[in-house]
Amino acid sequence: MVDIANRNEKAAAAEEAGPAERKPWPRWVITLASITVALGLWEIFGRQVNPVFGSYPSAIAVAFWELAVSGQLWSALYDSLRPFLLGYALAILFGVPLGLLIGGFRVAEAALGIYVTAGYAMPLVALVPLLILWLGLGFAVKVAVVFLMALFPITINTWLGVVAVPKTLIEVGKSFVAPDLVILRRIVLPATLPYIMAGVRLAVGRAVVAMVIAEFFTTISGLGAVIINSANNFDTATMFVPIIILMLMAVGLNWLIGWVERRVAPWQAEIAGRDRE
Amino acid sequence: MGEVTFLDVSKRFTLRVDEEIHHVQALDRVSFSVKDGEIVALIGPSGCGKTTALRVAMGLDASTSGRVTVDGREVNGCGHDRGMVFQHAELLPWLSALQNVMFGLEMKGMRGAPLRETAEKYLHLVGLKDSQNRRPHQLSGGMKQRVGIARALAIDPKVLLMDEPFGALDAQTRESLQAELLDIHARTGKTIIFVTHDLDEAVLIADRIVVMKHGRVQEVMDVPLKRPRPDLGIVRGTPEFAETRYKVWRAIHDGASVH
Repeated sequence: MVDIANRNEKAAAAEEAGPAERKPWPRWVITLASITVALGLWEIFGRQVNPVFGSYPSAIAVAFWELAVSGQLWSALYDSLRPFLLGYALAILFGVPLGLLIGGFRVAEAALGIYVTAGYAMPLVALVPLLILWLGLGFAVKVAVVFLMALFPITINTWLGVVAVPKTLIEVGKSFVAPDLVILRRIVLPATLPYIMAGVRLAVGRAVVAMVIAEFFTTISGLGAVIINSANNFDTATMFVPIIILMLMAVGLNWLIGWVERRVAPWQAEIAGRDRE
Repeated sequence: MGEVTFLDVSKRFTLRVDEEIHHVQALDRVSFSVKDGEIVALIGPSGCGKTTALRVAMGLDASTSGRVTVDGREVNGCGHDRGMVFQHAELLPWLSALQNVMFGLEMKGMRGAPLRETAEKYLHLVGLKDSQNRRPHQLSGGMKQRVGIARALAIDPKVLLMDEPFGALDAQTRESLQAELLDIHARTGKTIIFVTHDLDEAVLIADRIVVMKHGRVQEVMDVPLKRPRPDLGIVRGTPEFAETRYKVWRAIHDGASVH
């Protein structure tokens, strides 16, 4: 009996000491370790494959260096970023108010909701030829493709966010005789912000894809052109350079959006307990 | 002034449950009146219509027939002559305590220096001077409801409408807020209508108690306890408290089916 009691006490003491000593790994360490392992495996297995059918990190790094030194990479990146950023910004500028409108007003929801739901599933690639007929082969059509791909996730998320605003918060506004537009701006909009930011994040990925589609199907230019040209030359390592840059760009933008979110909606992270990480 | 009259107020809801349409008579010809400066408690089992009555008085719900008047003027939608205290405070989570109180004042059209001063004055009144910059999630349940009361009082309404304001609080916090409410009432003289399911609370705070059942007014009872009631502990010990409490209990349970 005494033994058991003693052991239990020791176990309890060990448990108490445990959490203090076992500090969790910081997120970036875990992420970095994961990337290292993934790159290592890719390097090992990638080297076994014919360089036309696949590539590996060190070969891609060399290709990156060559593209960077020749200046080809930077001009391609510049060509891609301009329509990307403009189309993406326009999608936020139009998508958020549209979502607020559809979510906030019954008539707007009934009249416009169906277009947004359908638009989200629109096979945009199939429509690119038509867009070319309307807007030509240049800058405008690329902006339009990015805009159309990014618009719908932002609008739908904003819309869902408005619908999810607790009715009682709106009643608070009503009970103080706030006009509808004031309720929309001072209660619905802040309550919807987390949803809006989630939509803005989702839209990053779609906007990147849209940009490459636009570059493939209109004037072949930018990073999309680097991909196509190197693929046509069976230079797989060079083909991977813009692909990886695009993915890194999406990761960076996501991080930036998270940073902005913590600035404009700090209460959200505080409530969820994520502000201390 | 702040006289409230319910005159034959009825309210029907239509509910759809599993494809079946149900009509619910939430209020059935409810009539009673509340004098200026009086505290009236609406009590009854859940589903008796007490919260609906309060929401109709606030203008958040419209009555199907009948009317509510405040100082003779018919209620038609929300107005600054009535201040609502919600069951779970319902503070805006992105605003500080002070900004939450300021929100109501801004909606009344107040701007500039008086806006902040008035909000601070009312936060002070409910004992939250030092926590004015905290956001709601950094406040305890009792503190949140204090902000909710300050927000409603700040617009200087004729009538304070409270929907089970202390129902979600622990017993100790509830008692201190009940005492504070009486203190605030003594200082401001506001007419107060509050909904509760707590017998003790109704008797301790109210001048009169409206017992409701099935959407009807079952009985209106006077509480024979004198004002002021500075020590609710002593009030609880009086024979009048026990007697009134028993009478209200009887009124609620009379004719009730045995469970």
